[in-house]
Amino acid sequence: MTADHRHGSDSPATRTEAIEALLVGKGLVKSAAVDALVERYEQDVGPLRGARVVAQAWTDPAFRARLLEDGMPAIRELGFGDNTDAHVARLVVKENTDSVHNLVVCTLCSCYPWAVLGLPPAWYKSPAYRSRAVREPRRLLAELGLDLSPDVEVRVWDSSAEVRYMVLPQRPEGTDGLGVEELTGLVTRDSMIGVERLQRTG
Amino acid sequence: MNGIHDMGGMHGFGAVDRRPDEALFPEAWQGRVCALAGYAMGAGLANIDAFRHAIERMPPDRYLSDGYYGRWLYALETLAAERLDGDAAVERPDQVGSVVREIDRGPRFAAGDAVRTWNRHPQGHTRLPAYARDRRGVIAEVHPACVYPDTNADGRGESPEYLYTVSFDSRELWGEEAEAATTVYIDLFEPYLEATE
Repeated sequence: MTADHRHGSDSPATRTEAIEALLVGKGLVKSAAVDALVERYEQDVGPLRGARVVAQAWTDPAFRARLLEDGMPAIRELGFGDNTDAHVARLVVKENTDSVHNLVVCTLCSCYPWAVLGLPPAWYKSPAYRSRAVREPRRLLAELGLDLSPDVEVRVWDSSAEVRYMVLPQRPEGTDGLGVEELTGLVTRDSMIGVERLQRTG
Repeated sequence: MNGIHDMGGMHGFGAVDRRPDEALFPEAWQGRVCALAGYAMGAGLANIDAFRHAIERMPPDRYLSDGYYGRWLYALETLAAERLDGDAAVERPDQVGSVVREIDRGPRFAAGDAVRTWNRHPQGHTRLPAYARDRRGVIAEVHPACVYPDTNADGRGESPEYLYTVSFDSRELWGEEAEAATTVYIDLFEPYLEATE
């Protein structure tokens, strides 16, 4: 059997139907479960979890210390860290400061902290991001609108094994009076990957 | 394997197209493939390393043209053809949990140790990116022992090995053209590393 016979020339949608039928027929998968999981990815598991974790860290120094020490037990305190990404070894959270900026990538595939950020955005999976983030992160960030001073050290985390990385962004100025819920609303997905700095809006 | 998937440092892919508010699954089949892959691996079709290796074995032109979930679809078709013909030899479902394993030896390196990565070009699966091959770094963090992808991907077993986060100065990786004050951290398994001064 050649590679072409296995993969055919049909549309991806038709090929997906065929592989689903095969996997269901072999008893490996139930279609109703697939429906439910798609719905769950679309509705429940998103970057809002990470935003909530960040807001907690900004307002609760003891939680922040536990989060930076070992991410997975800390996010479980907030009810996250279920089996969304069950094979993962550790969740490591890296804190941005005035002197250090962290950036997360996976050059070999597209490993991403599903447990806190959901599924990765298309740009994170793109060859352009995967190839350039490790070689020219400053130029890449500048193109994305984030100009870093030369004094700021850049740390790039290439997720090449089963450790997952999330960035703890800096809390924006002028947010002293805000509560956890309002702060959660300020945190963007891209700031937790490290390609954006947060500002207070509105 | 020296494949198209190993993209760190490549030129020619242009600017990053960061569109806000894109759909998670722009086409419905993409969501189904995502869920199918999760369930099929959970049921023992393949472990995560064999799945990644199936993606890496794609023809390079298809890797680039099929897109992210298109690659997952291709890998599912490959693994189904290889493993589900006749009496299926699927993995033990207990392989689908955490990759952390207890082993009866301690880690060879400690934080602060100077190391050099090996210079090997295995035909099979590996998680040492080519851009960090034969390069000097420093152990930044010692992690628990984990399933070793290089053997787990092709049926040679879990052979757990300690995992380390290793820091590399950007100049060590990219030479004179490296950006200043930049460090790249890569998670590497113990066999990839040797002590250096």
